[in-house]
Amino acid sequence: MSGLPPYASTGQRAWYYGFRVICGLIFFFLMAPILVIIPLSFNAQDFFTFTPEMLRLDPAGYSLQHYEDFFTNPDWQQALSNSVRIAPAATVLSVVLGTLAAIGLSQSHVPFKGAIMAILISPMIVPLIISAAGMYFFYSRVGLQGTYLGVVLAHAALGIPFVIITVTATLVGFDRSLTRASASLGANPVTTFFKVQMPLILPGVISGGLFAFITSFDEVVVVLFVGSAGQKTLPWQMFTGLRDQISPTILAVATILVVISVALLTVVELLRRRSERLRGMSPG
Amino acid sequence: MTDAAAGMGRAASDARKLDAVATGPMLAADGRPLKASLNRALRAQKLRALALIAPLLLFILVTFIAPIADMLFRSVENQIVSETLPRTVIALEDWQETSQLPGEDAYAALAYDFMEAAERREHTRVGSRLNYETTGMSSLFRQSGRGIDDVGEIYADQFVALNPAWEEPATWVALMASERWQAEAAETETDTALPRFELAPGIADVLPETADAYRSFARTIMSEDEDDPRAEEPWNTVYLALYRDLLAGTGGYDGPQAALLNEAATAVPVFEAVSVQAQFADINEDWADTEVWETIEAFSDPYTAGYFLAAIDMQLTPDGIEAQPEEQQIYILLFQRTIFMSLMITFSCILLGYPIAYLLSNLPMRTSNLLLILVLLPFWTSLLVRTSAWKVLLQQEGVINDILVWIGLVADDARLQLINNQLGTIIAMTHILLPFMILPLYSVMKTIPPSYVRAAKSLGATDWTAFWRVYFPQSVPGIGAGCILVFILAIGYYITPELVGGRTGTFISNRIAFHISSSLNWGLAAALGSILLALVLALYWLYDRIVGIDNVKLG
Repeated sequence: MSGLPPYASTGQRAWYYGFRVICGLIFFFLMAPILVIIPLSFNAQDFFTFTPEMLRLDPAGYSLQHYEDFFTNPDWQQALSNSVRIAPAATVLSVVLGTLAAIGLSQSHVPFKGAIMAILISPMIVPLIISAAGMYFFYSRVGLQGTYLGVVLAHAALGIPFVIITVTATLVGFDRSLTRASASLGANPVTTFFKVQMPLILPGVISGGLFAFITSFDEVVVVLFVGSAGQKTLPWQMFTGLRDQISPTILAVATILVVISVALLTVVELLRRRSERLRGMSPG
Repeated sequence: MTDAAAGMGRAASDARKLDAVATGPMLAADGRPLKASLNRALRAQKLRALALIAPLLLFILVTFIAPIADMLFRSVENQIVSETLPRTVIALEDWQETSQLPGEDAYAALAYDFMEAAERREHTRVGSRLNYETTGMSSLFRQSGRGIDDVGEIYADQFVALNPAWEEPATWVALMASERWQAEAAETETDTALPRFELAPGIADVLPETADAYRSFARTIMSEDEDDPRAEEPWNTVYLALYRDLLAGTGGYDGPQAALLNEAATAVPVFEAVSVQAQFADINEDWADTEVWETIEAFSDPYTAGYFLAAIDMQLTPDGIEAQPEEQQIYILLFQRTIFMSLMITFSCILLGYPIAYLLSNLPMRTSNLLLILVLLPFWTSLLVRTSAWKVLLQQEGVINDILVWIGLVADDARLQLINNQLGTIIAMTHILLPFMILPLYSVMKTIPPSYVRAAKSLGATDWTAFWRVYFPQSVPGIGAGCILVFILAIGYYITPELVGGRTGTFISNRIAFHISSSLNWGLAAALGSILLALVLALYWLYDRIVGIDNVKLG
């Protein structure tokens, strides 16, 4: 596939280029919806389609008014501040607990490893609507429904599987003789953990943390049920906006979120490469 | 193990024992037997590992597993009827002739229960619970809550006319309350809670219903209104109970207020009497309808399969299990639609994902890594961003319709309906779940050595035969993994169908959400959720068998 041999027949040539066109169209399908909202978010009108001015590239057709609305509207600002308060708290909780457990799980001779792993991964498997329903029932029984703490706990639970998976993946390649060497040189287990093990698994921990963060930051279903109006997050505000009256400010918010995801994706990708390089598993 | 093998095992272990006796156990440096030393180290290691896992395990059990268990419990739990109407439920146990109304005892029990429930404002909850099964129960219970005060009033008036002492709260306290409670209550300072009410010993044997009704009165007004039974005239239902008890006789009672009681006992037979049934029928004539009673009886068990039956379009009627009326059968249809649409989405994901994964795995590393970003970026983009993008694109005044009109494929007055139907849900969800198909496919295809296809071609296979007979079979595990993953994710989706599905493109999860937040039928929501959960877990078990949990990879 990597290049067309000089002896290829006409049919083979046609298929070679035809296949690439098909793939190009599918990539277009993947990317176009995300790309199309970026110019639309600069629309000077309250329309969701390209105005004739925009198509002529007339500067009058573009404006930052939807961004201005996002940064000045108290509803959106409240939602943003809630998101910024909930996601980091949930992330810290899932990273700390998840990393400890992943280290425990990666040791040899863990009894009931399969069952424990299944329980820890379960928040990722169970459909969100079911988790949300269960949490709504249970949290309202114990008085956590509609509280900041309740939402943080729920989001931490949802983020934990991602931390477990990424950190255990990093630990698979971890050379145990390093900790033994450190112990033989007189380091106690805590020093060994922070000076030897932690720097090596840090890329896994950070990318697990990023997954946990994005899980909480993007999450709508659970917060809709577990939270109350006081915990309205950015996705929640977008969800109600999309369901009730769709305002173009949503497109401005969406564009900002796309920029954030590009940044996060870059960080995760760089961390993955660094981790592979450190463990000598670089693909070259 | 066969007998022979067991015998050999035993012989071998005997030999080892002999060996140990002859040479002594192998010792570690500190003089302990090596085996014990190793075991100890192993145990310490296990404990350390468990200690590291324990906090998280506990956390997940409390924040996640307990809620799921709670949901499963709620799907069968039905304690509200037996908790709110306990006496009625017991009285109905003897009710066999369901073609006739239950006897006076059941009506009296209902009066006591209902009075307490109305005072605690719990009767409307039972009403709305039973309304899921028989319509009209909710309004019947709400109305009866207002009328229950009058049940027994006719007796209260006659007792007071006989002797005004019956109107005095003090008479009742002296008759009913234990001396200890009276003493403790007398010592209690004002503005502090009274001690828990206690019946006088023996009174329950003489006046069983009255004692029960009065205790319920005393405790309820103390806890609900912080009133003092020593200052409140009892409910009319207590007089009803007294009337019924006295008709049955006092059995030579000689405790406090014996004279008053004996006077009443002789007068009671000539009281003007109205049956409790008639008094209830006065509030609402539905109480003289056996259907109401049959519903109460059918749902008096603390656990019910009613919600699960409702979730599969059946219902529990007094005559047994039968299908719901035609126009109310929606859940089977909804499950079918959810599964059908999830299959459509999975199929479109294979159709679009396979070529991409094939291309990526056959390109040079550098190019494929670059193109992989085009797959990962949508994967990382917020779900709501992608859903809002599709909402904008697919609208009738949206970008896609505009382009089609501009090209001339579609007339301006006949714009396509692309959103708020099944098509909209399928398009948007295929886009959202496509990365989950491409990534597992890609990771499988990357491991297929290109030499096999080359070998096939060198042996004379055409391009198509080489692909279909050699390459494709090796990529099937990737297809399986991707399909199950996409299907599991699709079947429980809520946000996207809610926003772009309209009325016909919604899933079972939307119905669950509706029952939680709008119709408040939590039991049915829990039953639907439990069925969905069972379905997903079964699929996940399949995924584990085919792919293995450990192969879950991210990005």
